[in-house]
Amino acid sequence: TFFPSQQNSIGYTLTSLPPNSDSPDREGRSSVRYKCSMINSILDVLRQRPGWVEIKEDGEWDFNWCDVGWLRENFDHSYMEEHVRICHFRNHYELTRKNLMVKNLKRYRKTLDREVGRLEGAKCDFFPCTFELPSEYHLFVEEFKRSPGSIWIMKPVARSQGKGIFLFRKLKDIMEWKKVQRFSLNFEDQRDEAPVESYVAQRYIENPYLIGGRKFDLRVYVLVTSYLPLKAWLYRDGFARFSNTRFSLSSIDDQYVHLTNVAVQKTAPDYDPEKGCKWQMQQLRRYLTAKHGSEAVETLFKDIDNIFIRSLLSVQKVIINDKHCFELYGYDILLDQHLKPWLIEVNASPSLTASSQEDYEMKYRLLEDTLNVVDMEGRLTGKEKRVGGYDLMWNDGPVYREDVSLETLGTTYQIANTNLGCVNDRRKQLRQLLKPFPGHKRS
Amino acid sequence: MMEEGADLSVTIAQIVHRLKGAHLHSQLEKQARECLHRPEIKLESLKEDVRSFLKASGWERKLQNAVYRELHILPPPGHPAAPPEHTKEPLVYMRKAQASWEKRILKSLNSMCTELGVPLARKRPVSEQKELTNKWNEMGTDEPDLSKFRPVYAPKDFLEVLISLKNPNYDCREGLTANSHWGLIQISLNVRDIPQMREAYPELSLTCSQLGIDDHAHIPPDLFESEHIRIGKKVVSEQDSAAAQQYSRQGCPTGFRAQLWALILNATNEPEDIMHYEQLKAAVIHHDLLVDNLIYKDVKLTASNDDYYFVFEDFLYQVLLCFSRDTAVLEHFSYNSATPPKSYIQGKTGAEEFTVVYPPNGVIPFHGFSMYVSPLCFLYNEPSRLYSVFREMYVRYFFRLHSISSSPSGIVSLCLQFERLLQNHLPQLFYHLQAIGAQPLRIAFKWMVRAFSGYLSTDQLLLLWDRILGYDSLEIVAVLAAAVFTFRAENLMEVTSLASAEAVLADLSTLKVMPLLQVFLFA
Repeated sequence: TFFPSQQNSIGYTLTSLPPNSDSPDREGRSSVRYKCSMINSILDVLRQRPGWVEIKEDGEWDFNWCDVGWLRENFDHSYMEEHVRICHFRNHYELTRKNLMVKNLKRYRKTLDREVGRLEGAKCDFFPCTFELPSEYHLFVEEFKRSPGSIWIMKPVARSQGKGIFLFRKLKDIMEWKKVQRFSLNFEDQRDEAPVESYVAQRYIENPYLIGGRKFDLRVYVLVTSYLPLKAWLYRDGFARFSNTRFSLSSIDDQYVHLTNVAVQKTAPDYDPEKGCKWQMQQLRRYLTAKHGSEAVETLFKDIDNIFIRSLLSVQKVIINDKHCFELYGYDILLDQHLKPWLIEVNASPSLTASSQEDYEMKYRLLEDTLNVVDMEGRLTGKEKRVGGYDLMWNDGPVYREDVSLETLGTTYQIANTNLGCVNDRRKQLRQLLKPFPGHKRS
Repeated sequence: MMEEGADLSVTIAQIVHRLKGAHLHSQLEKQARECLHRPEIKLESLKEDVRSFLKASGWERKLQNAVYRELHILPPPGHPAAPPEHTKEPLVYMRKAQASWEKRILKSLNSMCTELGVPLARKRPVSEQKELTNKWNEMGTDEPDLSKFRPVYAPKDFLEVLISLKNPNYDCREGLTANSHWGLIQISLNVRDIPQMREAYPELSLTCSQLGIDDHAHIPPDLFESEHIRIGKKVVSEQDSAAAQQYSRQGCPTGFRAQLWALILNATNEPEDIMHYEQLKAAVIHHDLLVDNLIYKDVKLTASNDDYYFVFEDFLYQVLLCFSRDTAVLEHFSYNSATPPKSYIQGKTGAEEFTVVYPPNGVIPFHGFSMYVSPLCFLYNEPSRLYSVFREMYVRYFFRLHSISSSPSGIVSLCLQFERLLQNHLPQLFYHLQAIGAQPLRIAFKWMVRAFSGYLSTDQLLLLWDRILGYDSLEIVAVLAAAVFTFRAENLMEVTSLASAEAVLADLSTLKVMPLLQVFLFA
């Protein structure tokens, strides 16, 4: 890996100890055999975890940090014992493929409208107007004509890192693209012939929140350990990714202005790798609080929580739940000038490669805590609301901080148990929470 | 006492003189005239009624804030027969040292000017003016060739000058004894020691709650934070400068720090302030100054490379280029030991009537200057507001960090205070460091010149600057420098060279300022 190993775990020395008697029904393992297909921070975290042993090639494993390709080919043929864990859900793409995510969200919203009411359905109003192409081409054109002059963004559903994305204002701009896509000859008939690639056309957010004249988006990490019932954790750290150039609507061809993925920014002509283009989430939260006051910012973060929960609920019944599976999602959120958050997309394989020492340390913490929550070692009781930097956000229902003070007593007002962009004093919390690793003693 | 009474009336006269003719004066007159139509104003009790109206409508408070602001920049009362230089700086040897330092800077600037063939000032052709107007909000995208320009001076050059300062009345050749001063500063000034600091800064004591300590995650907000926020809201709604200043001693909540600082500094954003800023902007568009290149270079070298401030690059140009052209800044030279550099119109060297102050605001930027502005970008993003606040902070505090004076907030006093605090608190450490050729001031100087901007993380820096404003003094910067050395004393005792000492103190980004200060002063 690029950066030196991080001595970030709590120090332990080897002695023997009686087994963990707190949770007799959780099988804790003192030795975990793992497979890992990446060579970035996750490998460092796994290698430095006490009692974890790497398995190369074929061999029985207890834990697999695999990529989605491996999963697609092998999951259905693998037999996994009770305790085995793997880092993806079989059909995660229901959430992470842009067209499927939109489809599921639209369906979920309709259900809410019908069963609860329009007010509840309106809470799903966090993704811009989107159409899948080519299947919804006619609907798209209708909407397009209704708002002339507005900007749209075309995104391939399955690619990442900003590849293949472009902006357009006129229908003729996409005629070329249509030809290239080699759609079926009777394109207007919307026949079932699969196109070379599926796209979504989405209303472009023309008034993003700018800092220093620059556009940015947020990367937030959400860990799901089960869909039925839904159990989701929110990590306190995250970051804001800035575009290297100043935002302006006059040059929609300049993809460097509009796309904030680090991968795209890295190829921009004026990209300076020495220049950080990321802010830690804590820094962003403080900046917004200084500018807008704490109440406005708390409302914003509540709205962001809402995005996570609704998007997960929308696919809850579709995802094949499997107790062996957990998944770490990277959510991309964009803020507009009215401090409204918008969901851009959800990534099932958020980048774990670090762009700087600070970034490395953040990802290291994130992954260490992910393994703490997955808990192969059986050190948790299962009743925790916080593990390191993770706060339990949803546990088959909303999770509250449960602060009983004179103000909240007797009222129905409850504070949610999320702390995105807040202080992450995880080491202290972990020291208090966790028993030492099996076979180790606290030093 | 008679003397005090006399002093007071002189002060009042001075302030009245300064405020007369100010915009606030005409606004008050207008308000007083207009309120005559109101039903509650009766002819019999005209004076009292107008007064109560002004009070109730908040205008009296505005006047109070303006007076309070004048009191801040009013120089200490001097002897009526003292010449104006005394107001700038009473000690002759300091004045001389400042003058010769200025000569050196000016020489350096002039030689760069001649060498590069770049004029000190030049009118822009119309096409260039148009281009700049279009690019005003993104000047950072320009990549002019700045390789030929060098910063006029860096903090370490200034440090050498301070080290060589000598009081002709003071013989300090005793050598290194237990009673002597082991540091680099060779003069003696009255600086506060720890017991005196404790008395002057009681709000930092262990028994007093404050932000930066008592708003920590583990402490329930009911104990201090909620109440403090409530009081803060009240202070902001009352619009009282003096109250805001007192409040700031315990720290400003993130949510309204911007309003509180603007209140303390009485930095308004009235139409006349906006207009003034627009005029400065027009001046930037019309003329190009040599110092503009120094500003560009400084921003590119410092703020643009900072992980947190790079985002604000454009704002920095918008503030600093205007700042260079603001002749209102010249006012502060009446109490600054520095004198603005004068330049002669071509061909008329020596003729007094053809001198101009250069740059128009009299302040030549040095390497790191833009870091005075960067943290403020975190709080203000309307350029005119950001500008007002920065300018006021400069003429009240920052100028003292790069001019030679005997003021207790001046950089010389801060250096001396730092060295004395450290020597008295940790003599073993100080002795060790000076013995290995790692004089502490050589490391701490760069922190103090910038008031720690760029060295601490932003939130910690803002907590520190809260206290600079709250106590109206830069002393806290010297105390923090000593506290940082104290905190890393164990590691510093192990080092054997200046380079390794620098390495131990290279990264201050994880430090928590308030606990360090509290422990140093009160524990």
